[in-house]
Amino acid sequence: MIVRCPFCLGQSKMLWVTAGLFSALMGLMAFSHRPTGFAPKQRLSEYGFFAAPLSALQPVQGVLPYAVNAPLFSDYAEKARFIALPAGERMVFREQGPFDFPVGSTLIKNFFYYCDFRQPDKGRRIVETRLLVREEQGWRALTYVWNPEQTDAWLEMAGAEVPVEWTTAEGKRQKLNYSVPNLNQCKGCHTSAGQLVPIGVEARQLKRSGQLEQWAALGRLQVSSASALSAVEALTDYEDVAFPIDSRARAYLHANCAHCHHAQGSAANSGLFLEATQSHPTHLGIYKAPVAAGRGSGNRKYSIVPGKPRESILLYRMEADDPAIRMPELGRQLPHREGIELIRQWIRHLKAS
Amino acid sequence: MGVPISWARECFKMRFFMYVCFTFLAKVRRLFGHIFIALGGLCCAADSFAQPAAEKEWQTRLLLAEEGEVIELPAGRIAFRNTLWLDGKRGVTLRGAGVDQTVLSFKEQQQGAEGLKVTHSADITLEGFTIEDARGDLIKAQHVVGLCLRDIKAQWRGKPRRTNGSYALYPVQCRRVRIERCTAIGASDAGIYVGQSDSVWVSECLAYHNVAGIEIENTTNAWVWNNTARDNSGGILVFDLPDLPQKQGGRVLVWKNQVLHNNHRNFAPKGNIVARVPAGTGIMVLAAQQVEIAENTVLDNRTASTAVVSYYIAEAPLKDTAYTPYPAAVYVHHNAYAPGRRMPTWRHRLGFLLWLKFGCRAPHILYDGIAAPNAVERPLCLKQNQNGSFANLNAARRFKNISRDASSYDCSLPLLPRPE
Repeated sequence: MIVRCPFCLGQSKMLWVTAGLFSALMGLMAFSHRPTGFAPKQRLSEYGFFAAPLSALQPVQGVLPYAVNAPLFSDYAEKARFIALPAGERMVFREQGPFDFPVGSTLIKNFFYYCDFRQPDKGRRIVETRLLVREEQGWRALTYVWNPEQTDAWLEMAGAEVPVEWTTAEGKRQKLNYSVPNLNQCKGCHTSAGQLVPIGVEARQLKRSGQLEQWAALGRLQVSSASALSAVEALTDYEDVAFPIDSRARAYLHANCAHCHHAQGSAANSGLFLEATQSHPTHLGIYKAPVAAGRGSGNRKYSIVPGKPRESILLYRMEADDPAIRMPELGRQLPHREGIELIRQWIRHLKAS
Repeated sequence: MGVPISWARECFKMRFFMYVCFTFLAKVRRLFGHIFIALGGLCCAADSFAQPAAEKEWQTRLLLAEEGEVIELPAGRIAFRNTLWLDGKRGVTLRGAGVDQTVLSFKEQQQGAEGLKVTHSADITLEGFTIEDARGDLIKAQHVVGLCLRDIKAQWRGKPRRTNGSYALYPVQCRRVRIERCTAIGASDAGIYVGQSDSVWVSECLAYHNVAGIEIENTTNAWVWNNTARDNSGGILVFDLPDLPQKQGGRVLVWKNQVLHNNHRNFAPKGNIVARVPAGTGIMVLAAQQVEIAENTVLDNRTASTAVVSYYIAEAPLKDTAYTPYPAAVYVHHNAYAPGRRMPTWRHRLGFLLWLKFGCRAPHILYDGIAAPNAVERPLCLKQNQNGSFANLNAARRFKNISRDASSYDCSLPLLPRPE
């Protein structure tokens, strides 16, 4: 006998619906008895960050768009970033690490693909919007997944897979099962000493084309003196070939690896620390034997062998697509060809000591 | 009459010739193995599809777990395509219906480098299930205070191979870790690996067909007792490695374990420290301090029943100035070794050297003899080891002047506290 599901849905769709209902229910249960303060909205539109239509991502008054010098590679997704500060409040400049944000601030990052990367005006598909919300006790991560109609996005705690397709800048069709992270995966990268923290909103990433100065002038950024801003050593835009290879590569590693690979990050146990300020050669990976890389070592002996990209584990893991080998561990399925080429050049130019 | 034949030299030549033949044959065999695997891959169809809905449900349960909650996994097989992750929780138990009753399978994994991951949590208990075939590690716990792994079978099925994940059970940077009655099979690094942790208890576990059965690394206050490590490449390893946040381990007790025929071919990917461990290692202490190895039964480990060595033996460069590369205060006593012939491995330089020097009568307890300049502490004490033949390999002098004299190591050290 054939058992038919109600609503004429197939078996697999039924599973999805059940899971959806279940997670919605659990979500309600979890958030219903939180005392005061911030309550996550079920839909992105409810926050009112953007003017209608939502998919245009036009910020309302008081929501600041921003850009970073060295972006994280996320499977070739483009990003539209915004900061929403509570009315009349300011973020506080810090030389090292992310700025301080007043309670009630939200960092907004939209991930989208142009249908055709050669002609961005031909339309785009927004896949997800990630929020980092500053609450009384710390930061909280939330992800919203957009519907195919692009009218709104819904809160998704346990992650999702969204099939996407686009034409690359070289004119090739590319398909991908885009992976929206679950809340723990958010924290996997956004962690420092066990606390959930923002990553990109730091001075060296934000200092570009007068962005910080403008915010200070607008009264949205609190900074002790103008000289503090000018003293910031900005990260290099790693795509800009006019800069020396060393600073491009270090900026790339800082943006793509150092969120885990620093002394307080989730990869601290590896002893490989790749932040832009790191100066110890072994911690940078030079002639550093792996600790717990397992088959991630790819039969190579050291993270970086100067002059020899083919013997460097770092490059092997950037090129890999096996989930246990590839780096970064989260948020990347496709290899970043341009990034790989940059790091390959850099290792080749490193002098053997 | 010409020059009288040097017996030693002839013996060496013969042995060298045999070594060359043997390694050549091994290479040919491995090549054929690859061809068969490639053919197999062409014929096999993909396995059945995973169930994203079930996976999502369990991940949501973990996300919403409350303090004191016991999450019961039902009997049966649950397939995952993504890491199952518990973070920032206190007092949560994840309980299956029993080993081989509840099976968490990561055969179809597409995202994440671990099967089950626990981070930044306290008082977490995982028990009563089988977990298998993750792409990377099976169970990884990081920054957990109070972790109990009990009655878990963590395995990679099929023949042990290089493409298996690294660690079956992997607590790192944890405190108060208790691993008991667990089984670890097939890890291409270590079956049970405790790294950069403190206050660790590993007992009544079984580890086989791993490169290292049980490994305690840069960890303080560990009790490894009443376990069985058999048929790994190395049985029980106590290591201290450089360039890590937790620099030095110490006070590790390896007590009453069965360390049996750990002669499996070393299938670790190169670059990893365990890839440098010779097949046929029973217990190895590398650069660790205050280690007591007592009352173990160490039988039929072909190369080194018990080795106490410095980091230099690994022949890796060293730049960490805060790191001590020498073993110190290692007390090996009341262990039982077997008399009789053992054939050291030829696949490792140390094994080959042992075979050159001793043939099939290599001593059980080996010390590389590389000690800290002007060390005050005794590096090594030996007492009452049954059949515990000894050699100081004098590795610093290129293995010349190997000494069999154990008298200078006949001493005792204060015993470490015993588990209750």
